Amino acid sequence: MSRNHVSATVNGDSVEFLCETGQTLLEALRDELRLTGTKEGCGTGDCGACSVIVDGRLVCSCLMLAVEAEGKTIDTIEGMAAGESLHPLQKKFIEHAALQCGICTPGILIAARSLLERNPDPSESEVRFWLAGNLCRCTGYQKIVEAVLDAAREMRGA
Amino acid sequence: MRYEAPKTLEQAIALLAGANGRARVLAGGTDLLIQLRSGRAEPELLVDIKAIDEMRAIAVEAGGCRIGAAATCMELIENAAFAQAWPGIVDGIKYIGSIQVKGRATMGGNLCNASPAADSVPSLIAAGAVACIAGPQGRREVPVEHFVTGPGKTLLAAGEIVTSFLLPRREPRSGDAYLRFTPRTEMDIAVVGAAVNLMLDDQGVCSRARVSLGAVAARALLVPEAAAALIGTRVDAAALARMAAAASAACRPIDDKRGTKEFRIKVAGVMAERAAVIALERAGRNN
Repeated sequence: MSRNHVSATVNGDSVEFLCETGQTLLEALRDELRLTGTKEGCGTGDCGACSVIVDGRLVCSCLMLAVEAEGKTIDTIEGMAAGESLHPLQKKFIEHAALQCGICTPGILIAARSLLERNPDPSESEVRFWLAGNLCRCTGYQKIVEAVLDAAREMRGA
Repeated sequence: MRYEAPKTLEQAIALLAGANGRARVLAGGTDLLIQLRSGRAEPELLVDIKAIDEMRAIAVEAGGCRIGAAATCMELIENAAFAQAWPGIVDGIKYIGSIQVKGRATMGGNLCNASPAADSVPSLIAAGAVACIAGPQGRREVPVEHFVTGPGKTLLAAGEIVTSFLLPRREPRSGDAYLRFTPRTEMDIAVVGAAVNLMLDDQGVCSRARVSLGAVAARALLVPEAAAALIGTRVDAAALARMAAAASAACRPIDDKRGTKEFRIKVAGVMAERAAVIALERAGRNN
């Protein structure tokens, strides 16, 4: 079994790792790079818990091979706060209690940031459709949507 | 399992042809990775085609569109010229999985996975799209409606790759639309899908039409009888009713947990009729 050498940029840092061809990006992030903030839910692209940004694009890291990350820029939940200073979305999730067990939270934060970068003023419906690929089995969607809308307001300075 | 990401089509074809059928093409990977994980696919070689420029290109020109088979759904949705020319294809693409899945998934993969319920395929068929194929024997072009031969099966020979889709010129007073029936609005698989592409003459009479249905047979169907019910009419209620009946009559569905035969046959006509109304409205706006 040949191992693949991968060089990528993760949360602004240059990283290198070895992976099997069949290893997913999710597995490499968690097991090789020890970035365990990105969670595995279903492993089949249905739940969004493993959401990360690859070259600016929101993807499920369980549906991408680690070897495909060669040369790519990857952003995970670990890069969301600036040092000790939480991202406005993170602050609003705490303020609104928009999480229960927390497994879906990193993926939802990453997905929500991706939405707000494209659309700083989304409607409630747009938030719900954008987050349709992020499942919360604690069924906390109402507070999640409220937190995203509130964070959007704050980030717009409205 | 080895991984290769060739920069040229020639290299990709040579890799596939040299693998004795033990290779798989990796485009977006949203179907293939699940097959790998479950053990349904056990290739010795993965040929990632995303580093090949011509397979990623989206060219929207007056003479027609050429869409690289490995362009992602999100790239197509965000391409304003493409969305304006072929809103019905974008309707179909938008139904494919989540934003995350659309960030990786491709129309080439959606076609080659050969699911009867693939959401981008009926719109491609209604559009008159041609799949451009390259392989060890050279290049060939196949109308999309002939490409899939059954669930999970295509007419691709060993070493062949779908490189792009060629769409005809978008004529004035023409429009397309795709609708599907699913229990949920998002993250679901079509129980029935229907695409209509039609063109009006300067009197508002339908001069050309193509109707395609998904998830009601072993592969997506082109239904000429349904199109014939629209051509020569003003796409009025009587014509729409005849079109819906022809669409239902063409269905050869299975019963499964997502829908019964009877339900699919009935709903295919309803979806086709509603898609035709949207296509008509879009044609009216496209002068």
